[in-house]
Amino acid sequence: MAANPQTAAERRAPWLLLAPSLITLVLLMILPICIMFVYSFYEFVTAGVEKHVYTTANWREFFSDSYYHMFLWKTARVAAITAILCALLGYPPAYFIAMTQYKHKWLLLLLLIVPFWISFTIRTFSWIHILGEQGVINVLLMKTGLISEPLRLLYTEGAVIMGMIHFLLPYMILNIYVSIEGIDRNLISAARTLGCTAWQAFYEVVLPLSLPGLMAGLLLCFVLAAGSYVTPDILGSTRDSLFGNVIFDTIMGQLNWPMGSALSIVLLVLLGIVAVIYSRFMGLSRVFKGLGA
Amino acid sequence: MTGPSMTTAPAVELRNVTLAYHTFVAVKDVSLSIRKGEFVTLLGPSGCGKTTILRSIAGLVQPTGGEISVAGRRIDNVPIHKRNIGLVFQNYALFPHKSIFDNIAFGLKYRKVEKAEIARKVKRALDMVRLPGVEKKLPSEMSGGQQQRIALARAIVIEPDVLLLDEPLSALDANLREEMRTELKIIQREVGITTIFVTHDQEEALAMSDRIVVMNKGEIEQLGTPEDVYRRPETRFVASFLGQSNLLPGRITAIADGQARVQLDGGPEIIAAAPASARAGAAVTVVVRAQKVTIGAGSKAMPGKVISASYLGGTAAYFVESGGIRLQSNATIDERVWREGEAVGITINPADCLLLDEKGDRLV
Ligand SMILES: Nc1ncnc2c1ncn2[C@@H]1O[C@H](COP(=O)(O)OP(=O)(O)OP(=O)(O)O)[C@@H](O)[C@H]1O
Ligand SMILES: [Mg+2]
Repeated sequence: MAANPQTAAERRAPWLLLAPSLITLVLLMILPICIMFVYSFYEFVTAGVEKHVYTTANWREFFSDSYYHMFLWKTARVAAITAILCALLGYPPAYFIAMTQYKHKWLLLLLLIVPFWISFTIRTFSWIHILGEQGVINVLLMKTGLISEPLRLLYTEGAVIMGMIHFLLPYMILNIYVSIEGIDRNLISAARTLGCTAWQAFYEVVLPLSLPGLMAGLLLCFVLAAGSYVTPDILGSTRDSLFGNVIFDTIMGQLNWPMGSALSIVLLVLLGIVAVIYSRFMGLSRVFKGLGA
Repeated sequence: MTGPSMTTAPAVELRNVTLAYHTFVAVKDVSLSIRKGEFVTLLGPSGCGKTTILRSIAGLVQPTGGEISVAGRRIDNVPIHKRNIGLVFQNYALFPHKSIFDNIAFGLKYRKVEKAEIARKVKRALDMVRLPGVEKKLPSEMSGGQQQRIALARAIVIEPDVLLLDEPLSALDANLREEMRTELKIIQREVGITTIFVTHDQEEALAMSDRIVVMNKGEIEQLGTPEDVYRRPETRFVASFLGQSNLLPGRITAIADGQARVQLDGGPEIIAAAPASARAGAAVTVVVRAQKVTIGAGSKAMPGKVISASYLGGTAAYFVESGGIRLQSNATIDERVWREGEAVGITINPADCLLLDEKGDRLV
């Protein structure tokens, strides 16, 4: 006969359980975004003042002014470089932590999380003491006589990327670590007995099976890097600003809320599109499997 | 046939192999010689070092002492990927991201076999394990029994010098296990491949093996044909591990006409066939299989009382008590099923009794 019909209470239960998260999401995410979207159609009069009339002026400005396009493009480039460098730098330690026979693995994982105990801003500022004109590197190089004038290390795009890697690397390592940790060690043994050297077994088994984690890490790092504005602000010159800094400047500097709203929506939509295309291409379920398996 | 040494060299030979993980000795001084085409089973309780022996032959762990040769060639120092050994894992370890074809072709690819030949060999291997036409599927699309066959095909297709099977049937349900047992044995005969099979299931070992290596705590307890180890256990461990046996401690009081009179500790006397080395006064353990303990109404037999009875269809399992000792009896039902509390006569044929000395070794 028919399967047990669910009672009304049973059908309601999942929604009741979801309600707190749904309400939070709607009130603190969806609603503000909608308000911002409405704002982007208001008219900017002067700093801090806008007229509540419908205009597409802000959007026309965004689509016509190459100033914004240039920043978008640059943001994508810097975020991509950061994500790829994070992957290259993060894979070996992730592999090591996953494969080590060391009894106190949790300690190594703890070390990854320790930086989060210090404020992100302070961590970023710490680079000034390393890269600055009076920083460790320049002082050392000058003392040893290798250079006569301090090198310009700080306030460059390189410094910005370095700062973002500093902040994003643990996310990348954890993502890759989880997917390598989930690989059955017997698969490696099987590949070895079938004729693979250790390197070939890595290439045939570990690398492909850790791809979901690697891909999830890349997406996460890209999105977080593309949305950041504190790091470029502290470690970059004005030339190294990213799209986030443009938004910050529009809203906090020019007090042009309608334009700032339009730009924020642009960044949000573009990053959303990246995530969607990426997951279509990679299969988001596979990406999430990398996070969960 | 390049010389006599080639034809007589054992397919696999372990000489005094010892392996320690840090301070824990998992395999102690194991020596073993396996003929070409032979099916040898390593049988023993969990943790006795069976997997460790397989892994050291495959090269996945390095013995701390001793020598291992395969096909007359020392392989202890040959790296894993050059050993040409087929290993089937308990959980199959099929590559989940590769098709069945690529799984089976894997070893051939690394042996630089050309494409057309690979395709032919993979097809033949799939025919052999009776799964033709599944090349394009992924392992996750196959059932447990099918994955098992693919793992077997992947190991055999490279024509290894020896096939190592680590509890390959333990993940299957009972019916399938029995079916695969027969099939595995047929395939092994067809290919004529030297096989080392690991199990802790004694029925499996007895049914499939040419010879059985009974292991305990990293050491070989006995090496022999299934009949040898079952009927003539050499140690206390083998006697108690295989089948259901009564182990009755006692002392020999007299020997006459090839028969020893044994006074069981705190119990009755029992007559056992006396091996040549049996001496009056020696402390011994009498070993009697539960099937060899028969109970009936007889009066001249040892008197006893049924403590518990389980009816099993063709046979019945009893616990009977006689003069303070407890005996297990699994007898075919001749007269009738005896009930708890009934007085019965216990008969044990002296020829069915084995004697173990104080150290637990069989007297011969
Ligand atoms: N990597 C290791 N490090 C330390 N000890 C180990 C390691 N691998 C196995 N051992 C120990 O060595 C002993 C033998 O292990 P092995 O896996 O060979 O047993 P087994 O006979 O295959 O058992 P099972 O029937 O449970 O598979 C066990 O006591 C185990 O705890
Ligand atoms: Mg094992």
